[in-house]
Amino acid sequence: MTGYDASFRVWRGDPDGGALKDFTVEVNEGEVVLDIIHRLQATQAPDLAVRWNCKAGKCGSCSAEINGRPRLMCMTRMSVFSREEVVTVTPLRAFPVVRDLVTDVSFNYEKAREVPSFVPPPGVAPDEYRMQQIDVERSQEFRKCIECFLCQDTCHVVRDHEENKTAFAGPRFLMRIAELDMHPLDAAEESGLDRKRTAQEDHGLGYCNITKCCTEVCPEQIRITDNALIPLKERAVDRKYDPLVWLGDKITRRRS
Amino acid sequence: MTQAERQQWDVVVVGAGGAGLRAAIEARERGARTAVICKSLFGKAHTVMAEGGIAASMGNANAGDNWQVHFRDTMRGGKFLNQWRMAELHAREAPDRVWELETWGALFDRTKDGRISQRNFGGHEYPRLAHVGDRTGLELIRTLQQKIVSLQQEDFRDCGDYEARLKVFQECTVTRVLKDDEGRVGGTFCYERESGRFFVLEAPAVVLATGGIGKSFKVTSNSWEYTGDGHALALLAGARLVNMEFVQFHPTGMVWPPSVKGILVTESVRGDGGVLRNSDGERFMFDYVPDVFKDKYAESEEEGDRWYEDPDNNRRPPELLPRDEVARAINSEVKAGRGSPHGGVFLDVSTRMPAETIRRRLPSMYHQFKELADVDITAEPMEVGPTCHYVMGGVAVESDTAEAIGVPGLFAAGEVAGGMHGSNRLGGNSLSDLLVFGRRAGLYAARYASGPAARTPVPDAQVRAAAAEALRPFSGADAGGRAENPYTLHQELQQTMNDLVGIIRREEEMRQALRKLAELRLRARGAGVEGHRQFNPGWHLALDLRNMLLVSECVARAALERTESRGGHTREDRPAMERAWRRVNLLCRIADPDSDEGQIALERTTTEPIRSDLLSLFDKEELVKYLAEEELYE
Ligand SMILES: Cc1cc2nc3c(=O)[nH]c(=O)nc-3n(C[C@H](O)[C@H](O)[C@H](O)COP(=O)(O)OP(=O)(O)OC[C@H]3O[C@@H](n4cnc5c(N)ncnc54)[C@H](O)[C@@H]3O)c2cc1C
Ligand code: SF4
Ligand code: SF4
Ligand code: FES
Repeated sequence: MTGYDASFRVWRGDPDGGALKDFTVEVNEGEVVLDIIHRLQATQAPDLAVRWNCKAGKCGSCSAEINGRPRLMCMTRMSVFSREEVVTVTPLRAFPVVRDLVTDVSFNYEKAREVPSFVPPPGVAPDEYRMQQIDVERSQEFRKCIECFLCQDTCHVVRDHEENKTAFAGPRFLMRIAELDMHPLDAAEESGLDRKRTAQEDHGLGYCNITKCCTEVCPEQIRITDNALIPLKERAVDRKYDPLVWLGDKITRRRS
Repeated sequence: MTQAERQQWDVVVVGAGGAGLRAAIEARERGARTAVICKSLFGKAHTVMAEGGIAASMGNANAGDNWQVHFRDTMRGGKFLNQWRMAELHAREAPDRVWELETWGALFDRTKDGRISQRNFGGHEYPRLAHVGDRTGLELIRTLQQKIVSLQQEDFRDCGDYEARLKVFQECTVTRVLKDDEGRVGGTFCYERESGRFFVLEAPAVVLATGGIGKSFKVTSNSWEYTGDGHALALLAGARLVNMEFVQFHPTGMVWPPSVKGILVTESVRGDGGVLRNSDGERFMFDYVPDVFKDKYAESEEEGDRWYEDPDNNRRPPELLPRDEVARAINSEVKAGRGSPHGGVFLDVSTRMPAETIRRRLPSMYHQFKELADVDITAEPMEVGPTCHYVMGGVAVESDTAEAIGVPGLFAAGEVAGGMHGSNRLGGNSLSDLLVFGRRAGLYAARYASGPAARTPVPDAQVRAAAAEALRPFSGADAGGRAENPYTLHQELQQTMNDLVGIIRREEEMRQALRKLAELRLRARGAGVEGHRQFNPGWHLALDLRNMLLVSECVARAALERTESRGGHTREDRPAMERAWRRVNLLCRIADPDSDEGQIALERTTTEPIRSDLLSLFDKEELVKYLAEEELYE
C-alpha cells in the first residue's frame, strides 16, 4: 500500500459551540487515526486539541468517536476504512467538551471516589497474602481496565440522560465494585460493608438493563456485562430477596 | 498580564507516575499537606506502560534469592558505576514495597502455593520480577491511584473535603521551580493545560518525579510526556545532573509499520523463551557474549534451552544478557546485512510455546502485534530493533534522602533521579526504584517541610519572570523574522539526537550534534504559535523545547567527554571499558550565562569507594575486571 490523501472531518469548537471541519490529509501505510490527527496538528491546525499519551493502547487517553463509534484513536488503523470513506472524528458525546476532541471527564473521577476502597484483611501481615491464581483471575480481568471511559460514554443510561449521572456510576465503576467484591482477601464484609448492596442502592446498578453496549466498545475486551454486572446483579438480588440471607443480615447487625 | 493565583501546601510533588504517587502517599501519611501535579490525566502517567514486572528479591520462585544477590546483579548491570548506596537501599527495600502494594489491593500473578509469582528477566540471576501478565505498570499505577483515593476518602470522612490534605492537579504543567529570596525552594510555577491559566503552588519542599527524556530521540518507546522537564527544572534550580551520557536503548522495539516504530516489545518475550535470529536463521546472540559475562551464559543452544527447565544446572541463554549488550548485537547484525526486511531482527516465541500459553502470558504483546502490525506472534516471528527507552542519568541526589545535592528542599525520585542504575538499568529495576525512592523522597520532603525551613513567599518578580517566559511563544519571532514552527524544531532535534548521539557514538558526530543543538537553541527562541492559551498543543510543545534542548545538550556533552564505552554509552572510537573511568562521574550544570560554549558546563567528580562488606559480595576475579587500579589495592 502506498500513501494516499484521505478526507477527514474533525469537530472543532469549545463549550460555546463548534462545527465539523473538513481536511484533506496524507495517510501512509500502517497508520492509525491518531497519526493523522497529529499530522493535522503539525501541518494544518497547530492548535487542534487532542488528548493522548502512550500511542500504544495502554493509557486510555485518546478516546473519541470515529464515525460515531467510541474508539481509541491510537488503536484504530486507517486500513479499516476504504480510501474513499470520509473519516469523521468527534469528541465523546457523554461528556462536556473542553475544546475540539478533548472532553471534561471529571465525572469519572468523581464516581471513582464514591466507591469504597479495598479493605485489607485485619491481622494478615503484608508478606503473608496468599491467594490462588484461579481466585484472582476474575478480579484481574477487571483490573485490565485502562480507564478510557468508552464504556461510560456509550452506556445509554447516561449517554443522552444527563439527569441520571448523579445516581449512576456507570459500567466502569460498577465493575470496580464487582472487582473488589470478588477480591479473595477483601474484608469489606467483615467490616460491615455490603458491596453488592451499595452497588444496588448507592451506585445505580438497577439502571443497567444489560444491553452489553459497554462490553462491545471495551478496547481491553473485558466482558463487563457478563462477568461483572450480571454476577453483581444476581448477587445483589440474592441478598435482597433471599429471606435467609436477609435474616442473617439482621441478626448480625443487631448483635454488633 | 493577570496575577497568578497562589496556593500554600507543605509538599508539592511534580509527577503522578509510580515515583510521584508513592512520594505523595508517604508525605500525606506523614502529615504533610500534599499537592500532586501532572501533565496528563490522573492514572495515565508513563508508568502505566511498563509491562514486564517489578524486581524484588522475595525469593518466591527460587529460595536462593536475597537482597545481596539483587544488589550484585544491579551493580553488574550498571557496570559498577551505580551509586552503590542507592543500589543497596533499593535491593533491601524492594520486597517490602511490593508486599505493601498487596495491602492496597494489588493483584499480582500467583505461584502454586499462593504467593506472588516471579519471572526471569535479563541480568537477574533468579526469577525476580513480580508481574501481572504483561501489564504490570498498569497494576502499579492503578493500585497507587486507588490508595490515593482511599486516603482522600479518609479525609472526606474527617472533614468533608476530599482534597483537604491530598490533591491532584491533573493536566497542569510546571515550568519553573521557584525560590525565595534566600535561594531556598519555595514552590512551583504552573499552567493549566486546559485553560492556559497560570498559578503558583507555594511549598518549602518540592519533589520532582517527572520521568525521562526519550522524546528528544526519534525512535523511542516513550510518550509525549518524556520531554525531560524535571531534569531541566532541576538544572535551572541549581541542581546537577549525573550520568547523562547513559541512555538505554531497549533492544526490542517494533520496527514496522513506520508509525509504530519504537513501541516497546517487552523483555518478558525473551524471559519466557523468545529467541533472536538473524536473516540466516542463526541465534546470533551466542557470538556476542562479552568477556565479563563469559562464565555466566550458556555456550550452546541446547544448554540455553535446558536452562528454562533446570536453571540450577545450566546457564541462561545469551538473549537474556543486559539490554545494552543485546541492543548492540542487534545493531551489528543489521549493519552486517543480516537484518530482517524492515531493518530489525527476528524475535520468535511461536516455536517455543503453544499459542494458548503465549496469549495468556503475553496478552498485550499478542494484541499489540495483531492490531498494529497484522502479525500473529503465536504463529510467526516479530521484527524488532533498538529503541530509546530509558535515561540512567538524572538529578544528583543524596542516596538516603533523595534530596538534590546542593538545593535544600528539592527532592527527586524515579527516572528523573540519577545514580541508582549506573551505566545501564536492568529490566524491572525501575518500577522497584520508583517505589523505594518515591517513598524516601516523600518521607524526607515531609520531614523537611515540617522542620525549621522558613516559609517566605516567593518574590513577585520571580513569578512575573516565569509568566513572561511562558508567554514568549505567543510573540513569535523576536528578531522580526518568520516565527519558527515548534513541530519542525522538535523533529530536527529528534533526528539529530537519533543520528548523532544514538546507540553507537563517534567523536565527530557528537561535535556536530552540539553545533546543531546550538543552532536549534537560537531558532527555538523564535518559536511562535498561533491561537490562544486553551489546550494549545503547539504552545505546550514550544515550552517543552527549552527542556529538551537543555537535556540533549547534557547527553551530548557528557557523551563526548567520556572517552570509553560502558553500559548505555557506546563509542565506536573508544570501544573498551576503561577501569580508570569507573570512579569518574560527570556532572552537568547550567553554564555561566556569558560562556560561549553552550548552556551546560561539565564537572568531574570521583565517587566514594564502595563499602567493603558490599565489595566482599563479589569474587576477586570479577572485581579485577571492573575496579580501577587504585581501588584494588586500597
Ligand atoms: C513501554 C515501557 C515499558 C516499561 N516496562 C518496564 C518494566 O516492565 N519494568 C520496569 O521496571 N520498568 C519499565 N519501564 C520503565 C518505567 O516504566 C519507567 O522508568 C517509570 O515508569 C518511570 O516512572 P516515574 O514515576 O519516574 O515517571 P512517570 O510514570 O513517567 O511519570 C512522570 C509524571 O511526571 C509528570 N510530569 C512530567 N513533566 C511534568 C511537568 N513539567 N509538570 C507537571 N508534571 C510533569 C507526568 O505527567 C507524569 O505524571 C518501561 C518503560 C516503557 C516506556
Ligand atoms: S450493559 Fe448496563 S452498563 Fe453496559 S451499556 Fe448496557 S446498560 Fe449500560
Ligand atoms: S472497562 Fe473497558 S471500556 Fe470501560 S473504561 Fe475500562 S477499558 Fe475502557
Ligand atoms: S494514547 Fe494511550 S490509549 Fe491511545
